[in-house]
Amino acid sequence: MITTPKAVRPRVPALLWIPAAGALVLIVLPLAGLVVRAPWAQVLPRLTDPAVTESLRLSLVCSFAALGLSLLVGVPLAWLLARVEFPGKALVRAAVLLPLVLPPVVGGVALLLAFGRNGLAGPLLDAAGVRLPFTTAGAVLAETFVALPFLTLSVEGAIAGLDRRHEEVAATLGSGPLRVFGTVTLPLVAPALAAGGALAWARALGEFGATITFAGNLPGETQTLPLAVYLLLQDDPDAAIVVSLLLLAVSAALLIALRARWLSPLRSRPGALP
Amino acid sequence: MKGLSARLSGYLEAELDVPAGETVAVVGPNGAGKTTLLRALAGLPARSAADLTLDGERVTDLPPHLRAAGYVPQDGGLFPHLSAVRNVAYGLRARGTSRQQARTVAQDWLNRLGVAEFAARRPAELSGGQAQRVALARALAVRPRLLLLDEPLSALDVTARAGVRHALRTHLAEYPGVCLIVTHDPVDALALANRMLVLEDGKVAQDASPGDVTRAPRSAWVARLLGRNAYPGTADDGGIVLDDGFRLVTADPLPGNGPALAVIHPEDVALYRSRPEGSPRNTWPARVELVTPVGTRLRVATRGTGGGPDAVAEITPAAAADLTLAEGVPIWVTIKATEVTLTPL
Amino acid sequence: MRGRARVAAAACAAVVALALGTGACASGSAAGGETTLTVLAAASLTETLNAAKPAYEREHPGVKPRFSFAGSQELAAQVRQGAPADVIATADERTMSGLGDDVTKPSVFATNRLRIAVAPGNPKRVRGLADLTRKDLTVVLAAPTVPAGRYARQALGRAGVNVAPRSEEKDVKSVVTRIRLGEADAGIVYGSDVAAAGKAVSGVAIPDAQNVTARYPVAVVSTTEHREHAQALVTWMSSPAFRKELTARGFGTP
Repeated sequence: MITTPKAVRPRVPALLWIPAAGALVLIVLPLAGLVVRAPWAQVLPRLTDPAVTESLRLSLVCSFAALGLSLLVGVPLAWLLARVEFPGKALVRAAVLLPLVLPPVVGGVALLLAFGRNGLAGPLLDAAGVRLPFTTAGAVLAETFVALPFLTLSVEGAIAGLDRRHEEVAATLGSGPLRVFGTVTLPLVAPALAAGGALAWARALGEFGATITFAGNLPGETQTLPLAVYLLLQDDPDAAIVVSLLLLAVSAALLIALRARWLSPLRSRPGALP
Repeated sequence: MKGLSARLSGYLEAELDVPAGETVAVVGPNGAGKTTLLRALAGLPARSAADLTLDGERVTDLPPHLRAAGYVPQDGGLFPHLSAVRNVAYGLRARGTSRQQARTVAQDWLNRLGVAEFAARRPAELSGGQAQRVALARALAVRPRLLLLDEPLSALDVTARAGVRHALRTHLAEYPGVCLIVTHDPVDALALANRMLVLEDGKVAQDASPGDVTRAPRSAWVARLLGRNAYPGTADDGGIVLDDGFRLVTADPLPGNGPALAVIHPEDVALYRSRPEGSPRNTWPARVELVTPVGTRLRVATRGTGGGPDAVAEITPAAAADLTLAEGVPIWVTIKATEVTLTPL
Repeated sequence: MRGRARVAAAACAAVVALALGTGACASGSAAGGETTLTVLAAASLTETLNAAKPAYEREHPGVKPRFSFAGSQELAAQVRQGAPADVIATADERTMSGLGDDVTKPSVFATNRLRIAVAPGNPKRVRGLADLTRKDLTVVLAAPTVPAGRYARQALGRAGVNVAPRSEEKDVKSVVTRIRLGEADAGIVYGSDVAAAGKAVSGVAIPDAQNVTARYPVAVVSTTEHREHAQALVTWMSSPAFRKELTARGFGTP
């Protein structure tokens, strides 16, 4: 018997293989559980249920609004943390990280204590005629609260790691600081911006604790998909599984699309060098 | 007055007046303050502050984007996310030129610098020489009053270097503003500049025409860069006491005593296998360190062993064969008093 | 290929071993001659059961009840998925009957009547269910999928009142929290919740004609390994001592 020699491939040591495979099992097996146990016959009627489509719509609206708000305030904050020295900076950075470690329900309570009717900013908001708890705006705010650190961390790291020369050259070419930020700094951190944005959006989409605690749970107003899943779980676990799968599918589809469209053109095309 | 007038304080202490149209080569060892000078003039964060007047307008307090000083950092600093033509158009757009107009002017500048066909490429897809030309086009396109080039040629290979040097020569000749160009290659300085500013340890060591600097270098660093033996020391009657205590005799002593630089051309350094008898008064034992061919001659680096300084000699291959020179061989170094040139520092 | 299968198997083994190791610490089996009973109980029983625990342990040496409090539906789901529990007490009979053969012989040990929870001192002067339609009131209810939410809607139905809540909370405790924090002005909760909140909220009675009685059943989980001890606990929950504890905390007894 003649054997064709196999091409040599790099060997991956078992000491890395086994824990890595273990991590995969830990992540994939629960997903597999959802897929296997899903009542597939019910999927279509469940997903076209107006209550579910309403929650899905609200989830998409809120998560993208939270992403937009995160970009609006998170990118300047990242710039500030990366570039400007000021007293108490270490404290500010720790505060920015806080929502990452805070249990979301506690985050929701904290938001109530800040922006609720009796919260610190309550009288101010009241005077302005703004009510956040029990409103979609409140849901967006809660999602932004938990999603913001993902974006800020990612972008701050990228800005801090930037080669300052490009911004300096842009300045000598006549660009004011704001124009430099928009035309040089931002495009150069675009990959980190896209990655951080995707993470922040995914976090906002799956947000449960802070949203239900701060904004409450009202179909069509603040009941996003994760809230719907939680309440369905008490009454109708099969439906909860179907809706969870929907949440999974939507996030997976968007994250994959984002990766393909946003991240790859920024890599230099191989073989293009003369 | 058209041109530049600057006074620098801080890490680099210097005064500089350059009429419009002149190109100054800034040379000096690492840490001398060359990049500091450029950055301070451009208005960028630097270890020195520059009080700067351009064409009669005091711009000291203006931020970089209002100074109209073109700055090209070492490898060009092209924006990696923009194509070559958009890199060049960037400054024009920043100054309010319309997109279409900026593109046309940018393409024209790429043409002038011979890189028109690479207009659509990203910097990552350009060679070092092409990138440097695009960076130059970008700086020139905004017609700055002051052009600051930081080692534009140092990262290039020999062929690209000659091409970019030629392009620089052409465009600097017709450039109406003041240009400062940092280099560590005397050939570049001679080819491109009509004035040379030698910096050492944050001070101006010499500010003269390239010819004057090569004829009478006033800095050990420049002298060695030019291939000379250079020894700083203190001049006395009839000679110079080097910083390490060794004394060289000269036939042409300085009128006064004080810090001075002794410069000796390698061709005037003679080597012998045994101590020479007779006239030369500057002679000391040494050991051969390195022998390298230079053109048709051999360059011999020696290390003083009896208190004498290190010295470089240039000899013919025939002489070398007579001496049976090889690395590590003990030797006698001899320099005639008439060949030791002293320059006051 | 074979090598890879081996690696995958090893990885599975590692994760399973990890899970077992973690699980072992939490298992209810006896250690040093002591029996630990895992009791899944409705969240509204939290204060009562914790308060009664020392007395129970005194009367039953060697038996330590360990409580896990959550919404009744969650508890039922845990039992259905085979959680290692010995006793389950829910806040409604419907959830318990849904468990079928997973539990044995449920018996009602407590009742709970609905009350309207309002801010301390009732500053908005809520007098009954009919007031909950007032425009100046922010009303929250428990979600219709949880027992308290279902009962609240039954009571509103009996009163002929149509209320649009600003939020459907995930459990009855969250309704109380809204009132405590001042985010809502009124909510329908159990009498036991008002009692447990102490001075933080006030309660407004709902007339018997409109009110709904929640009946709390308790049962032994079929898969228990400590059937005798579990049954003893269920019996004790109908004892005069425990009933005293219940009435002190706003519950009724059957």
